[in-house]
Amino acid sequence: MTDHTTTARAPVRPDLAPAELIASALGFLRRVWVMRTLSILFVLGLWEWAGRIPVSPTFPTFTATMGALFGMMADGSLFKAYGETLKPMIVGVGLCGIFGVALGLAMGLSRRFEWFTLPVWVISQAAPMAAIIPLITFVYGIGLGAKVVAVVIMAAPIVVLNAYTGIRNVNASLLEMGAAFMATRAQRIFKIILPAASGLIFAGFRLGLAQGLTGAVLAELLITPTGVGDLITYSRSIADYPAMFASVFSIIVFASVAVTLLQRLETRVFRPDQRATD
Amino acid sequence: MRVAAKAAEPIPLRTTAAPAVRLGGVGKMFGDFRALDGIDLDFPRGELTTLLGPSGCGKTTTLKIIAGLIEATEGEVLVNGRPVAGPGPERAFVFQDFALLPWANVLRNVAFGLELRHVAKEEREEIARRNIAEVGLSGAEHKYPHELSGGMRQRVGLARALAVDAEILLMDEPFASVDEQNRRKFQEDLLRLLAHEKKTVIFVTHSIEEAVYISDQVAVLTRNPGRLSRIVRPEIDRSGHFDDLRRTPAYLDAVDEIWHELKGYLEDEERAS
Amino acid sequence: MTIYGYRLPPWLALGIWAALWEIVGQLDVIMLIPPLSAVFAAMGNVLLTHSFLEAIGITLEAFGIGMALSLFVGITVGVAMGRIRAVDNVMGMWINIFESSPITAVVPLLLAVLGFGMQTMVVTVFLFSVWVIALDTQVGVKHASASLVEMARSFGASKRDLYAKVIFWAALPEILAGIRLGVIRGVRGVVIGQLLIAIVGVGFLFETYSRKFIMPEFWALVLIVFGFAYGLSETIGMLERRVARYASVR
Repeated sequence: MTDHTTTARAPVRPDLAPAELIASALGFLRRVWVMRTLSILFVLGLWEWAGRIPVSPTFPTFTATMGALFGMMADGSLFKAYGETLKPMIVGVGLCGIFGVALGLAMGLSRRFEWFTLPVWVISQAAPMAAIIPLITFVYGIGLGAKVVAVVIMAAPIVVLNAYTGIRNVNASLLEMGAAFMATRAQRIFKIILPAASGLIFAGFRLGLAQGLTGAVLAELLITPTGVGDLITYSRSIADYPAMFASVFSIIVFASVAVTLLQRLETRVFRPDQRATD
Repeated sequence: MRVAAKAAEPIPLRTTAAPAVRLGGVGKMFGDFRALDGIDLDFPRGELTTLLGPSGCGKTTTLKIIAGLIEATEGEVLVNGRPVAGPGPERAFVFQDFALLPWANVLRNVAFGLELRHVAKEEREEIARRNIAEVGLSGAEHKYPHELSGGMRQRVGLARALAVDAEILLMDEPFASVDEQNRRKFQEDLLRLLAHEKKTVIFVTHSIEEAVYISDQVAVLTRNPGRLSRIVRPEIDRSGHFDDLRRTPAYLDAVDEIWHELKGYLEDEERAS
Repeated sequence: MTIYGYRLPPWLALGIWAALWEIVGQLDVIMLIPPLSAVFAAMGNVLLTHSFLEAIGITLEAFGIGMALSLFVGITVGVAMGRIRAVDNVMGMWINIFESSPITAVVPLLLAVLGFGMQTMVVTVFLFSVWVIALDTQVGVKHASASLVEMARSFGASKRDLYAKVIFWAALPEILAGIRLGVIRGVRGVVIGQLLIAIVGVGFLFETYSRKFIMPEFWALVLIVFGFAYGLSETIGMLERRVARYASVR
């Protein structure tokens, strides 16, 4: 983005020619944040317009949706719902993180274990694990446990595979250096392998978070109505479409913010060569 | 300059003390490929011996066998009279590609060997600082490897090896990834450093000039399979100015002699293929 | 891995898992897990029924149309993003937002607005898969070596030739990677969409089997769908590796 520099010209005349005005306006418009804000306003405007036509009796305007959203925030129902949904999500993703890294380590360190378990993870990464979610109730009922399992099913493949890749691809030279300075096995794992793989492990965690949220929402839509999933289902059942759209809107915003924050953290903390290209 | 006899006979010891490292009939197979064949070589204590030869002659393999990172398939390897069974505290390795922890600063990298030995933090940082000064990197303690040039990174690697205070220093083409100007400076600095540290150094390189410049003893290896071809002792007087070394007759003769040895061998190789 | 010098192929590991499944099923440890042999036997029941063929037909139709749409839109937008800075700056923001969002949450909205039919399924598949296709296409186009582009232009390549003969081929490995991921997400989308719609397609079948607790048929269907997703993604993966071989010369 280049702005027009006027240093080489004669002193600015008070009455700028129209061409210059347009040029500088375009320059301003080309600024990244300007374009992005304009696109957001455009989309929201489109939404508002579509709601007013209306595209469908079930399609609310942007303003109606925002009204419902603030209503839900004001009476606390939104936060209560998120509290419900986030519980299994945090537990599930946390479990995935710990066991995912442990599994990744086992696979990275033992060729045998890798040969045995890798195909399972590779297939489950391609497969629509969501199909299994309805089955969960038979074993885990409809409580927190069931929802945690749903989160784990969705998030585990990607967390494990990223941890494994990171650990497998640790620079061989560093491992040799560790051996030369007589590192014990524990030292090798905690001082060399895990720090070297930390970038990809974190990336897997970030991706797993998005999947885990999907799992939690799906569990709430399919198994047992609680939390945000319940907000959606309930508002639909009473035909309160602004509230329904508001709930979904909040999920999208929440997920985007969370993932963006994690990405920022990742760029700040980890070196360029460590970041995943997902 | 004296050229010792071809290594068919056992090498007469130069010092009365036992050699720091002794290789007896060492051989190494990688699958069906014979990398090393019947290496008999002594590394006198307190001297700098270079393993020199074209790529593929097994010099790095030999070094890693001495370091205990690879196992020999035949023969025996004695360090201080005892057979080698893996890496040990009396040997320290300097890597060709530096092998620095990218997420640790210079201070931690230099102290890493001590950290692995559970030396207390204050103590190991103090030792690290001393060695960082030895290699001329004072002030860079809190920098990270990606902020350093190749030459500086290698100094960190060297400082790390010095910090563990091993009697035997193993250096695997340490200046190969460094540019030419820095390389010469490194060679001088190494000589200066070793002048007041009584260490046995085993050095690997493919540069004849480098070998002759720094070594008390040069072991020339040929390849396919890796065999010891000749041992050359450049009797160079290093007490004077390091700059002038490269013009002394002893230096030039040694370089010439080794070059002719290798040239003859390479020509034989070419004719055979 | 090797045993006594023999290289064991990876798929053999799956054979061991299959054997384990059979044993666990025979032991009747959990009602949920029937013996693998029963599952295979049930496959006949599943595959040959009218309801399955109908369900598959609907599913494949939704999947096909949705993927075609997302390929078209995704690749076009991705190329535009890769070549035009302004498009990249604006669209990039939106695509990144949606690429990692739980689109699953949007499906109930689609149901409310578009109803329970083919439209919803197609849009679901589209919304699940288009983002990653656009993103990877953009990456591929950006990486298309600038010097290749300059070379082509110096020889007077027309815009069309430039894109068709140089940029497309240079970006192909990444585009294929995006398509592979898009396909996986598309399958996920069609399954989730149908689970939530619950009255058509394989989603309906999953619902029915699990509700009526017909486990062998359920797992048979799972194997079929998983196999389809994995098979499709591996085929594209093979193509990708073929293409990546020449591309590694970059």
